[in-house]
Amino acid sequence: MANVLLSAKGIKIRFGGVVAADGIDLDVLQGENLAIIGPNGAGKTTFLNISTGYLRPQAGSITFLGQEITAQLPRTITKLGIARAFQIPQLFLDQTVMENMLIAAASRLGSPSGFRALSALPELSEMERLLDLVGVKLYASRKARELPEGQRKLVDIALALALKPRLLLMDEPTSGVASAEKLEIMDILTSALAKEKVTSVFVEHDMDMVERYAHRVAVWNVGKIQKVGTPAEVLADPKVREQVIGI
Amino acid sequence: MSGRVKPVTTIATIFFLASAVAPLFVASWATLFALILAKGIVVLGIILLLQAGQVSFGHAMFFATGAYTAAFWGKYVGGGDIVLFIVLGGITSAVFGLIVGLFVVRYREIFFGMLNLAFSMVLWSLLEKMFHYTNGADGIRVPRPALLGLSFTPETFQYVILYVSLLIAVVAFYGVQRYLDSPLGHMLRAVKSNETRLEYLGTSARRVLLIGYVISAFLGGIGGTLVAIIQQIATPEFGFWTKSGEFVFIAILGGSAHAFGAFAGAAMFECVRFYAAAHLADTWQLILGAVLIVIILYAPNGLIGLRQRYGQAKQGGH
Repeated sequence: MANVLLSAKGIKIRFGGVVAADGIDLDVLQGENLAIIGPNGAGKTTFLNISTGYLRPQAGSITFLGQEITAQLPRTITKLGIARAFQIPQLFLDQTVMENMLIAAASRLGSPSGFRALSALPELSEMERLLDLVGVKLYASRKARELPEGQRKLVDIALALALKPRLLLMDEPTSGVASAEKLEIMDILTSALAKEKVTSVFVEHDMDMVERYAHRVAVWNVGKIQKVGTPAEVLADPKVREQVIGI
Repeated sequence: MSGRVKPVTTIATIFFLASAVAPLFVASWATLFALILAKGIVVLGIILLLQAGQVSFGHAMFFATGAYTAAFWGKYVGGGDIVLFIVLGGITSAVFGLIVGLFVVRYREIFFGMLNLAFSMVLWSLLEKMFHYTNGADGIRVPRPALLGLSFTPETFQYVILYVSLLIAVVAFYGVQRYLDSPLGHMLRAVKSNETRLEYLGTSARRVLLIGYVISAFLGGIGGTLVAIIQQIATPEFGFWTKSGEFVFIAILGGSAHAFGAFAGAAMFECVRFYAAAHLADTWQLILGAVLIVIILYAPNGLIGLRQRYGQAKQGGH
């Protein structure tokens, strides 16, 4: 049995009448790419929000490497080694891509200087390597605002990787990207994750992507996990096919 | 980035040299330039906060804190030295800035601005009402201090305080530029553009803003101490909201894209006031108002922005 990195037990949260998590139990194993699928409103993003401390569950607990992280602040959880990439890229748009990366590097190192230049950080070459790894090194000196959406998503992921996380949570890494580019982005992404030895959890709607890139799949439905298994097992399940994939 | 900064640095160097040399030929300029430099130091602090997208409508409270530190020393201890006043003024305003900052950095935008205003008005009323200690609206005279034990005649002193102001202004200008270029400075800008991401990188946006706020208060206090020494008085007016407005006004006038905007704005502001007040008596506010309208309509990024705009237009022409 592989090591459990993140473990959620009995997570419950409701927003008014909507139950977004109704007793979620899930273990994320070290080294895997776990896909989360499910219809809109099933509570997929809510699970990411709870895991990163953005939302506080009404019941249940989450542990990371055996340490309780339920209801900790996002920045505390980040420091422990869980990074997040967003459905809509969250960048510092007025700064260059490299400046974005160096801010992340300075954040990871802690106690940032108020006098030495950001560009003098020794992490500069490491950040260049990461930008190269996700294929956006070309844009290093461009303002984040000037990048097309697909490239912004990659920078968003590079920012998360700059934190040297153990676990990366991604919300629809290929949404808003032309379908021709999806494969390319996922190829870049999964090889980067393998190279950096980062475990990942990603929310995805495209079953092709899930089949190709996930080691395991968790199916969300109305705040519950309907099924967990390998992509082949899950996609063969008639109930999943009917209710989630809609075939 | 460096290509953008360098021409402004040249202009800044020329400005600082001019403020050292020009008053040697026109004596009345010594005090004018000293005031420009002192206010420029305060406005550096406003520009710092503008990087984080926050406008303080109460920064005169730190200006007044610096001024009254010197005034109280003169009233209760007696004597005094420029260096002592500046060190004390800087410390008291930084400590006050830390206390106020712990409250205000929890808020953003209009709430940040208004909470600053509220704190500053509390200080202003204390200075007005505690007549026994502060002489109320009359203020406290600040006797001419020595510099490192040396005393000066009024004629020499105006140059002494000019060069002290110049030295501090150059150091503050350099320091703020370094700060804006450093990781902390970039994080301050990140508070403006994406606070959520900053938190998800593991950095506390409030802490980043608090550090910027304390530095900004420190600069405000030093500027206030200098003005109290230059004008030889500290009055509650120093902490009134119109004074806070004046600093924001100067920052908009000069432009917040570069630290030099503080001095460009202060130079414009004080010169208009100096000459308009001399020749047109009570209409100098009217003239400043007109100048601000022109700036907002035609140079929304301030005097500093004019240079960039002109540079771009030239590029586009080729």
